[in-house]
Amino acid sequence: MSEVEFDHHADRSRMQVSDEVAIEVVNMNKWYGSFHVLRDINLTVNRGERIVICGPSGSGKSTLIRCMNRLEEHQEGKIIVDGIELTSDLKNIDKVRREVGMVFQHFNLFPHLTILENCTLAPIWVRKTPRREAEETAMHFLEKVKIPEQAHKYPGQLSGGQQQRVAIARSLCMKPRIMLFDEPTSALDPEMIKEVLDTMIELAEEGMTMLVVTHEMGFAKEVANRVIFMDAGQIVEQNEPEEFFSNPQSERTKLFLSQIL
Amino acid sequence: MSDKVTAYVRTEMLEEKAPPSLNTGPLGWIRENLFPNWFSSILTLVSLWIIYKMLVAFIPWAFGGVWNASSLNECREILQGVDAACWAVIHERFWQLMYGFYPDHLYWRPNLALILLIVALVPVLFEGAPRKLLWISVATPFVGPWLLWGGTIWTPVAAALGFVVGIAVYRLTASALSNLAGLVLGPLAAVIWWILLAGRFSDLVSSILPLGIEPVESRMFGGFMLAITLGITGIAASFPLGIILALGRQSNLIIVKTLSVGFIEFIRGVPLITLLFVAQVMLAYFLPKGTDFDIILRVMIMITLFAAAYMAEVIRGGLAALPKGQYEAADALGLNYWQAQRLIIMPQALKIAIPGIVSTFIGLFKDTTLVSIIGLADPIGWVKFIQADAAWNGIVWELYGFVALVFFIICFSMSRYSMYLERKLETGHK
Repeated sequence: MSEVEFDHHADRSRMQVSDEVAIEVVNMNKWYGSFHVLRDINLTVNRGERIVICGPSGSGKSTLIRCMNRLEEHQEGKIIVDGIELTSDLKNIDKVRREVGMVFQHFNLFPHLTILENCTLAPIWVRKTPRREAEETAMHFLEKVKIPEQAHKYPGQLSGGQQQRVAIARSLCMKPRIMLFDEPTSALDPEMIKEVLDTMIELAEEGMTMLVVTHEMGFAKEVANRVIFMDAGQIVEQNEPEEFFSNPQSERTKLFLSQIL
Repeated sequence: MSDKVTAYVRTEMLEEKAPPSLNTGPLGWIRENLFPNWFSSILTLVSLWIIYKMLVAFIPWAFGGVWNASSLNECREILQGVDAACWAVIHERFWQLMYGFYPDHLYWRPNLALILLIVALVPVLFEGAPRKLLWISVATPFVGPWLLWGGTIWTPVAAALGFVVGIAVYRLTASALSNLAGLVLGPLAAVIWWILLAGRFSDLVSSILPLGIEPVESRMFGGFMLAITLGITGIAASFPLGIILALGRQSNLIIVKTLSVGFIEFIRGVPLITLLFVAQVMLAYFLPKGTDFDIILRVMIMITLFAAAYMAEVIRGGLAALPKGQYEAADALGLNYWQAQRLIIMPQALKIAIPGIVSTFIGLFKDTTLVSIIGLADPIGWVKFIQADAAWNGIVWELYGFVALVFFIICFSMSRYSMYLERKLETGHK
């Protein structure tokens, strides 16, 4: 995969990792029917960390981050997000989802609502923010992702890259403490990948805790403080990006990197 | 082939040009749509000839007809062998076809109810109407039937209070116990109110404060007034019921799901006419002794249940067409089930299902003519009554034609409205 050139280089000095734990996954297992999709996952994410998760398709990387806001249910082990354990208790799930934003591969904007309505819906109905205040917040984040002039259009009128930036702004409007990105650039044309990654870099510089499933290795080198390689439902290797790319340890990782770089 | 590549670089970009004139304008349209090749040209000419022949036969018959006569024989005398329509039957029996035996000094009541209904529908159907009209929309389901059947004002008040009771019980139990308990107990309390208490309440209050208008019995109802009454209530009640059944069918709760599937499949497996016979004959057996359950109300319930089953399947189709990502995005933003349904899922699913929903509405409205078989005097029932009259014995085309025309106007309007709605809700592809 070709690497994207960034206009804006990340300022790593501003990305501080604190000692506080944001997400803790302990001995987690998940099955789809009888298929063992996630095997004995152990992972601790500190506040301010930017983690890139990569691996071949079907390795369970999307499923892993989807477990972290309970879009998928795990059957064994523990997932603790922001001090709240995810169980079948709906109240806990709602609490976690309010603190965790998610960006999807196919944007999943609501096509019947304008961009502004997409961004204000959850703050108004979930956080009970007054409409005027929610709209101000939405405009603030739309400016941040550089599309305030599109606020009154519908998602269908925007390009893929713009839609994905709206999706990021929509998540930010809930003022989340953690952001999950599920292959945010995989459905985009090459020309649009950069604008989305630039937005994500800025977010990282502000200290957002981020888990990103992506194949954009340029992004990983630029932003991540940790790269996790998954295969067959398990974490095979994790390391700092420099070491990970220059000196991969496992054979599986070497093979994967040789295919995508 | 040689390996040599001819290098080429465009130095300036091309300007936009107008299309060739043969493809545009009325002439272009005719050429493209009526005479694109010899086979289509022949079909066009044959079709035009058939249309011409039909109009030549129909126009003198319809427009050369007799409007003033008191019997079919009188019509024939006036026409003296010319083959033309005898519209006099419509002229003479117009009010019966419209209102049945409804007392003619009270025609203003169904008229007022219809006007009220139209005003009530405006804020529901068209965006940008004054929001205050919504109060009329809320009041019409109670005031409308009261205008039609008359009687004490306290009956519609008691019916409306059922909703107040239901919502109050829902609020209390939802905050004290759980949302699910509220959703079960709220409607249950409302039903108990309607069946057991509402009648006593209205009797009691009207004995203290008798306020009311002249009552009209159900057997006086007839004609298009009856068809429209049945159609409107059926449409208004089957739509929300259909949504609930469609959601029930998709539910994870096994009992809710089984009940919904069972209901839908049972109703779809039975012809409407058998349900109407059940309403006419059988329902009395299942109800407590002595309850006087109005025949029109029974028929309304059956038509509503019948349409709701079809509605549920149409809406399920809309739900199935929504990408899974929409549910996931709603979940990830922290919206709960009902918020997600109301704000994200239903607006899109119903939009997709509009053609099917309106087809179901149109089907329901036309199916109201089946009530003539169980002895209600809807327009078709009235056609039979009039034909049975010695003065009009033998008249067919004019009566059925008139009934068909009125049905067509109403159904065609619904169809046009659905197309307007589809265009209005179009916000670009997903």
